[in-house]
Amino acid sequence: MMKTMPDPPRHFGTQLPGYDFSELKGKLIVLEGADGSGRSTQIAMLKDWLENLGYGTVNVGLKRSMLVAEELEAAQQGNILSHTTRSLFYATDFADQLENNIIPALRAGFVVLADRYIYTLMARDIVRGADRAWVKSLYSIALKPDAVFYLRVSPQLLVERNFRKNATLNYWESGMDIGLSRDMFESFMKYQRLIQAEFRRMQSEYGFTVINGNRRPRAIHAELRAKVQEVLSSP
Amino acid sequence: MNSKHGYPGRLIAVEGLDGSGKSTQVYLLKRWMEMRGLKIFFTEWNSSVLVKDATRKGKKRQLLTPTTFSLVHATDFADRYERQILPLMRAGYIVLADRYIYTAFARDIVRGCDPRWVRNLYSFAVVPDITFFFDAPLEVSLGRILSGRPKLKYFEAGMDLNLADNEYDSFKIFQGRIYAEYKKMAATEGFTVMDGTLPIEKQQALVRGVVEQNINLSLFRWKGKQ
Repeated sequence: MMKTMPDPPRHFGTQLPGYDFSELKGKLIVLEGADGSGRSTQIAMLKDWLENLGYGTVNVGLKRSMLVAEELEAAQQGNILSHTTRSLFYATDFADQLENNIIPALRAGFVVLADRYIYTLMARDIVRGADRAWVKSLYSIALKPDAVFYLRVSPQLLVERNFRKNATLNYWESGMDIGLSRDMFESFMKYQRLIQAEFRRMQSEYGFTVINGNRRPRAIHAELRAKVQEVLSSP
Repeated sequence: MNSKHGYPGRLIAVEGLDGSGKSTQVYLLKRWMEMRGLKIFFTEWNSSVLVKDATRKGKKRQLLTPTTFSLVHATDFADRYERQILPLMRAGYIVLADRYIYTAFARDIVRGCDPRWVRNLYSFAVVPDITFFFDAPLEVSLGRILSGRPKLKYFEAGMDLNLADNEYDSFKIFQGRIYAEYKKMAATEGFTVMDGTLPIEKQQALVRGVVEQNINLSLFRWKGKQ
């Protein structure tokens, strides 16, 4: 059957200048979730499974752009960025990867596995007091993913996993820069709840799939696999 | 007189093409204010140390697209804004900005970015109390810049837009488009348009007159001896 309607735009309101999203053959699959939610484990398992099936995969994530990743890391270490500057720095990093990694890979038919996407970036900014409309417009150039899975894990379990892995809580993942509490543990709990509340708000707006991350990795993988399978078989 | 932004400080921006004479004018304005003992701060486009490395790297290796060009400059501006401009505005300084957000609007829009997106990017920045636009005809600005046969940089010449195959022709076309964007904004953004063909000292007299008319300068004197 001939198509009579044009495809809906694959961006969030702003056309990225110089790119045509209609010719993208691959699939963009996003995993969202806090540190300790099991994102990396799940991405590794999905990658193995997909490659075993013969799909080409590409991994992308935050703070990995050729353009500004190094500078962003250095600035984070010194904790010298104000909120708006930090937001824009991350947006630059994102846009550089979108244009130079994500889009070329999708054009070539790869499955792109994104370890976090614009949702984490938006939630972090909003929790830090950025204007919601400003942040949404900033990321309105992003490509709409084919699927977004949000691994929701209770803050208690996140703490446990973070301690088991690093024996310490990350400064930023504890939101220590916002001054929620001088006590890092308390700050972490408060910050993660704020982020989760923001994700709940975004969930209804962007319609992502919430995955119960409080389970064993194998069980989560089985659910993800079934859902990714559906994405791959859709046109 | 109260300002729309509500801060005790004042912001004066100068805009115009390269070679329009704006930097000379803002320098003379700064000298005049300094000699009158006013609390002033001068800031330039692209001057934050923090983001300079990223900008330099991107520009050198020609890694930037219209979107990342725009974002890198917005990040740089935000750093200067949050670190210097805003705190100084709150502290009651007169801030002189050699180029401000309108430079970004003109360049990014010419590069094909969505105008609404670009404007939103900079919506955190206060609107200046006075924005001078130094309007010199394109040929005059181009003549001043190109007469020295300077080495034009890749992005400065708009080479990324594939307008021409050499820097000089590309620069001329690119500047022409930016000039058109400035002219559009002059009306909508309420620029104070200055005739950039007048002698330097005549322009400066007019600039000082506009400043005195709009800002009660006596409020911005240093208190006590320095």
